[in-house]
Amino acid sequence: MTLKIFIPRDATAIAVGADEVVAAFEQIAEKRGLPIEIVRTGSRGLHWLEPMVEMATPKGRVAYGPMSSVDVASVLESMASNGPHALRLGIADEIPWLKRQTRLTFARCGVIDPHSLEDYRAHGGYKGLERALSLGSDAILAEVTASGLRGRGGAGFPTGIKWKTVAQAKADRKFIVCNADEGDSGTFADRMIMEGDPFLVIEGMTIAGITVGATKGYIYIRSEYPHAVAAMNAAIVAARRGGYLGDKIGGSTTSFDMDVRVGAGAYVCGEETSLLESLEGRRGLVRAKPPLPAHHGLFGKPTVINNVLSFAAIPFILAEGAKAYADFGMGRSRGTMPIQLAGNIRRGGLFETAFGVTLGELVDDIGGGTFTGRPVRAVQVGGPLGAYFPRALFDTPFDYEAFAARDGLIGHGGIVVFDDSVDMRKQARFAMEFCAVESCGKCTPCRIGSTRGVETIEKIINGERVAENLALVEDLCNTMKFGSLCALGGFTPYPVLSALKHFREDFVPAPTTLQAAE
Amino acid sequence: MTAVYQPSYQPWDETHGAEIIAEHAKQEGATLVILHALQEAFGYVPEAAIPMVAQALNLSRAEVHGVFTFYHDFRHKPAGRHVLKLCRAEACQAAGGDALAARAESKLGVSLGSTTADDRVTLEPIYCLGLCSTAPSAMLDGRLVGRLDEKRLDALVAEAQR
Repeated sequence: MTLKIFIPRDATAIAVGADEVVAAFEQIAEKRGLPIEIVRTGSRGLHWLEPMVEMATPKGRVAYGPMSSVDVASVLESMASNGPHALRLGIADEIPWLKRQTRLTFARCGVIDPHSLEDYRAHGGYKGLERALSLGSDAILAEVTASGLRGRGGAGFPTGIKWKTVAQAKADRKFIVCNADEGDSGTFADRMIMEGDPFLVIEGMTIAGITVGATKGYIYIRSEYPHAVAAMNAAIVAARRGGYLGDKIGGSTTSFDMDVRVGAGAYVCGEETSLLESLEGRRGLVRAKPPLPAHHGLFGKPTVINNVLSFAAIPFILAEGAKAYADFGMGRSRGTMPIQLAGNIRRGGLFETAFGVTLGELVDDIGGGTFTGRPVRAVQVGGPLGAYFPRALFDTPFDYEAFAARDGLIGHGGIVVFDDSVDMRKQARFAMEFCAVESCGKCTPCRIGSTRGVETIEKIINGERVAENLALVEDLCNTMKFGSLCALGGFTPYPVLSALKHFREDFVPAPTTLQAAE
Repeated sequence: MTAVYQPSYQPWDETHGAEIIAEHAKQEGATLVILHALQEAFGYVPEAAIPMVAQALNLSRAEVHGVFTFYHDFRHKPAGRHVLKLCRAEACQAAGGDALAARAESKLGVSLGSTTADDRVTLEPIYCLGLCSTAPSAMLDGRLVGRLDEKRLDALVAEAQR
């Protein structure tokens, strides 16, 4: 009986040795004359268990992890005899960390072979497109709007409204652009979906195309994601071959096709207008808005530009209906968020759940605290432009408005955990330094402000006129916040001001009290 | 698999350069596509290529030069034989990346962003590889390495110095 074994080819898994594990399986199985079939999948997202390998059994897929090549011989033994092993984790779907999630977007990630269109379709893929083709533009827009889906890149703008604006625009050409420039530290959900379920992204973009009347799409992927670039290119080729891209998609009279474009290391190109400039072959300068990309976008044409996760949420909404998505969540944050747990964390990975879970639950309960075992001191939510939250704010529910009310932001859903060895002065300086390095240079508050910010924080670190310079930094942050053209300069104040507010003791050491001699 | 990793580069050749440019020139917004293709072939974007790109795309040389200099990826001269990139972003910082970067600098005798005198190793910072939950992260010649610690870093440095 051939053992069917699933081993991820996701970049995280590869970075911690998945390819070596594959080689060992092939070598040892051959030596023992054991027939095995290896399927490379995406990652299930339980990254502390990677490389996590699964074996098909009649009762479901049994998982083993974290594996290294030296474990393969004994694991193969356990697989062949269905016997115990120290690394045996039981049925993958039953692992509590995975089971308690609500995987609407990540349902297939780590399960299917991302190269296989047949596998995608067998797991419900392209049902959304089928329904969309039968519905027509107005009905699709109604579904997307009713779902409550808000842009998952970070801005949280209602997707239905964006698509409607483009649908109503009149032009000879329209475009669908997918922002896969996931540059925020602490985020990898886009990467995982591109590598683990690329057809999902293609399907979402295709549905967008037929909704607004666009026949061409581009997915702009960071150059730092070579595996994702390869995976999307392969999926596009397969989708074309399968009749899901090109003329007469899915047997209809509509056409839609798309190409991958690779970024070149500029963080600012994650900003939508900077991305459009880059796609047009130019420097990634930020454009003033209005006009909105929805009216005047790529090459001046009406453009839907959305994040990977926004497009990835669409097929479910079309296949299962808006209510099925909107039933999850809280307030104006409907549906699920693929949250990414990262940094100094014991159980890091991808946790998709309904909006409303608290930060504390995510960090302490789900994430298990730090991997060093030291106390959690600060958590940066939302990437480099997100605020640092202390333990005192751990009751904040994951919700766009709740985080904003506490001068924070959810952003792309990345959570970076720091233990008590963190020096918040260094983090504040880094926020300014990063802004200075990545600034597109167009507006003075960002271009010059960030440089002055680094210099001034440096002075504070060196103990020079601390009180005066702290006031100066706060004033500078105010200027950057309200004077910058985009969120790079505009939100850099978030990490800086939150560091100053919640971790002031790092910047202004408590005065020593002199005791009287008696 | 190996398609993802760093190939060996060819010396600059104008005819070859012209072929690469011609292959991609018809795409809309082709500038970055062409610059990437040139760097993939030669390991950097040769100065001589800039006016050729401008010509092919009907842009000014200043404009193409402007695009070339805007993006961190594009090199104006070849890197060392091996390129070791260490992630310097927040998640990797939180996991102890600072100390490892300092260790790499000390072992190689260069600071981040420079190449060793013998041209063997270029040590560079990178801002996020998307491996934030298995931090600290690194990339050696396109090969990803996670869960970096002193032992693994030393092994990478040794490999790069070979």
